[in-house]
Amino acid sequence: MAGPVIMPGLADPVADSQSVFRGVLHAMSRPGTIVHLAGLGEAPAPLSPAAAALCLSLVDHDTPLWLDCAVAGGQGAADFLRFHCGSPVVARPEEAVFAVVADAAAMPPLSSFDPGTPEYPDRSATVIIQVAGLADDAGMRLSGPGIEAEARLRVDGAPADLWDWVRDNHGLYPCGVDIVFAAGERIAALPRSTRVEG
Amino acid sequence: MRGYNFAYLDEQTKRMIRRAILKAVAVPGYQVPFGSREMPLPFGWGTGGIQVTASIIGADDVLKVIDQGADDTTNAVSIRRFFALTTGVRTTEETAEASIIQTRHRIPEKPLTADQILVYQVPIPEPLRWLEARETETRKMHALAEYGVMHVKLYEDIATHGRIATSYNYPVLVNERHVMAPSPIPKFDNPKMDHMPALQLFGAGREKRIYAVPPYTDVKSLDFEDYPFEKQTWEHACALCGSRDSYLDEVVTDDRGGRMFVCSDTDYCAERRDAGHVGTGAPVTYGADAAE
Repeated sequence: MAGPVIMPGLADPVADSQSVFRGVLHAMSRPGTIVHLAGLGEAPAPLSPAAAALCLSLVDHDTPLWLDCAVAGGQGAADFLRFHCGSPVVARPEEAVFAVVADAAAMPPLSSFDPGTPEYPDRSATVIIQVAGLADDAGMRLSGPGIEAEARLRVDGAPADLWDWVRDNHGLYPCGVDIVFAAGERIAALPRSTRVEG
Repeated sequence: MRGYNFAYLDEQTKRMIRRAILKAVAVPGYQVPFGSREMPLPFGWGTGGIQVTASIIGADDVLKVIDQGADDTTNAVSIRRFFALTTGVRTTEETAEASIIQTRHRIPEKPLTADQILVYQVPIPEPLRWLEARETETRKMHALAEYGVMHVKLYEDIATHGRIATSYNYPVLVNERHVMAPSPIPKFDNPKMDHMPALQLFGAGREKRIYAVPPYTDVKSLDFEDYPFEKQTWEHACALCGSRDSYLDEVVTDDRGGRMFVCSDTDYCAERRDAGHVGTGAPVTYGADAAE
């Protein structure tokens, strides 16, 4: 029987999801730091290896997932995530615990995602945004928890209003969404606690 | 170990805890509820710390476990063996060698580095719990940053005792926003939390909460301008290594008032002795009996 072929997930689910998690933990606890997630397999287009690995490591049946049109439209990618993660795929961004954006230019504003509530700020979305490139020696100046003095982060191929959204998101603290940028096999995180200056 | 997943917990549980840890890191000092599991030891024996460690540990990690600063106490030995058995990772007693340090009630004397993660075992994660018993209320107080009741408590300490009498689990303000229980570490250790290069994770198994302090984060011990925070000091040096700047345990040596003051951090003390530092080796004595 010929059907759609679903690409394999993590080669060693236990060890690989642990190392991917430590990578994203490092990135989240040191905002702006670029972490290289090594040894990842291929991912179905348009997912980058890092974005796919983040989903495989963190997303499951407990976490509704929102996919942008680029991912949802790429049949292989949506099936891949549905099969390996087993998560409900939701139609509206505000219902998602995790969101994957492959076409950053067309993404909805960050305020479309769930920022949590004042009593439960942890119940907020984590938004994985695929971008063209990341650099930590130029770009915006970051400060806040996890940053010794100042960090820099440049995001290539970011939505035009990204940094305004990020500033507004920080203004909601302790509510707000948390962002993980993914470029190829590299990630950088921007939790809601980070202050951004141009 | 046959029959068990790596690090004991199943993968779905690890994912749930990992998600809680990431949210905890994103909101420093805020307590994230999580689905704490039954562990093969009772709540109160470090199940929160164990679940956090089990969710972050990998085959390349080197684990150190301390209980009140000591590597050789029952709780520390049991937890170290548990992870040696369920993960096969290398364990150590040397602070500098460890990539993950799980602790009960102390922060090591040797400054931690950016490559290390400190995992605290926490009995009562809610700093406001003894002041307000209802979770719905304390949650609202954190949401509104309404911490007046904590300052009243510290003020009443001063009114009653002439000083802030809290000596362990001394409340801190994290990232200028959340009041947090640092777990029952002595207040001597509080200043080490401020802008620590290592990531600090806190797990409370029975109370089902995880919280975190990312590296280089403001952690300020609550105090008043005219009654500033002070850490403990001792008249004595460590009887074994002569250290005057470490946290000392008082050990009763006889029934005639004999006392010995020794470092609570066993690795720190041993390293100093190896380097040639020596203390008096003798107990100090107090009381009438001692004069005989």
